[in-house]
Amino acid sequence: MSEKIVSTSLLSCSYREGRVLEDITFAVERGDYVGIVGPNGSGKSTLVKALLGLVTIASGKAMLFDTPLSDFRDWHKVGYLPQSLHLVNPVFPATVHETVGLGLLSLKRFPKRLTGADHDKIESLLEELGVYDLKHKLIGELSGGQLQRVLLARALVNNPELLVLDEPTAALDPDTRGRFYAMIAAINRSRNVTILLVTHDSGAIGEHASKMLYLDKSLLFYGSFDEFCCSPEMSSLFGEHSQHLMCHRH
Amino acid sequence: MNILEILSYGFIQRALLAGTLIALLCSVLGVFLVLRRLSLIGDGLAHVTFGSTAIALALKLYSAMSLLISMPIVLLASLGILRLTKKGRLSGDTAIGLVSALGISAGIILASVGGGYNVDLLSYLFGNILAIKGEEVVIAALLCLGVLLLVTLYYHELFAISFSDELAQVSGIRTSFINSILVLLTALSVVLAMKLVGVMLISALLIVPAAGALQLARGFKVCILLAALQGCFSVVVGIIISIISNLPASASIVMINLLVFASACLLRRVMYPKYSN
Repeated sequence: MSEKIVSTSLLSCSYREGRVLEDITFAVERGDYVGIVGPNGSGKSTLVKALLGLVTIASGKAMLFDTPLSDFRDWHKVGYLPQSLHLVNPVFPATVHETVGLGLLSLKRFPKRLTGADHDKIESLLEELGVYDLKHKLIGELSGGQLQRVLLARALVNNPELLVLDEPTAALDPDTRGRFYAMIAAINRSRNVTILLVTHDSGAIGEHASKMLYLDKSLLFYGSFDEFCCSPEMSSLFGEHSQHLMCHRH
Repeated sequence: MNILEILSYGFIQRALLAGTLIALLCSVLGVFLVLRRLSLIGDGLAHVTFGSTAIALALKLYSAMSLLISMPIVLLASLGILRLTKKGRLSGDTAIGLVSALGISAGIILASVGGGYNVDLLSYLFGNILAIKGEEVVIAALLCLGVLLLVTLYYHELFAISFSDELAQVSGIRTSFINSILVLLTALSVVLAMKLVGVMLISALLIVPAAGALQLARGFKVCILLAALQGCFSVVVGIIISIISNLPASASIVMINLLVFASACLLRRVMYPKYSN
């Protein structure tokens, strides 16, 4: 049986304005690349934030690596890439190298120092993601796409087993977006990293993700992209024409 | 009076030593506060210090003894600001405004009940670094050592929460605990800095060196170092100018700080024209 990296059971979350997630139950296995899609306000970001302990769970339960979230301490196994434009203070004085190194230092014990091997690791990761030349730049000086790659390097620097990405392509143009999804697919294959990726872009993510999770406050669909494209429930939800457009690869 | 003659006076040596230590503390903490958009917490806590000092004076506790009253009250107020922000559905600036209003109004009422505004309390409004006593220098040195030790110990956690609370939390950092450490250290520094620049100008010691350093720094550690240099330089030059020109020391320190900030802004335009707009 495959190892469950993420699982939820009847998970619900509420904000002041009411319930945003209702009875969500699903499981993600090691090596999955899950695209979480749904309309605006459907609770996609809330779901991943709840899985990371950033949003309080109203009822139900969530597990990471078969451990209840409240007991989970192995955060080095998790990499997180939030919506970068929302995240970064443009005057923050850290360099690209410092920002990526911060991911490593959070796991070290006092005195926290980067070793030569750590510096090599940071530089090879920056090289792999095509941002090595930017290592001395301040993060406020980067373009949206460059910043995205730097924050991805930060998320990957601890060799996580689970990578959670919340609308990582919101600031990118369609071409860069496609390349980004392909890069995540390559990371998923080469490093066997389990991926949870939130996006609006159900068509493009379907090209790369192994599973789709369609959310609109409750879980409407969870399965492979092929199943998504053949699902009569999804046909009745979107209409056959829209479903066909989303599944244009077929 | 030449510089050497000025430096030979004991009260000036005490002022320079205590002032440099306090400026060092405020500048280092200021970088974290400015980046976390908590710049005005110094102002709010200074007002609480004013109120707590009024209590100390009403109890006839002066100088270093007044710290026994001020310290716990301001430390509690700093945690109160955090709690209001987290649980009270208030933004940081609103929480700071509420606590600040409570501190200053309590101070005014106590001063009024205790026989009107007196000279001691007024000295806390505008600061009087040149009147600092030996025991206050010792307290400043000990607290400075303690605060810098804690900042060193939690440097990476402070760096991480300044960059992003969310990312820090997902890295396994206890962000509530680190936020509490930051505001408690700020509270300690504010109580000490009261004597230096007074309630009115305390936030300048926290904000201006950090704002100046942010203009030029290319790296987080460099930013902290530049802020510390600006803070210490402004105190030393401000005190010396105030003596030579017979001006108030607190205002002179802040004006030098602002001049350094303005110079850093100009220098940024020259050094990094591409990123100056």
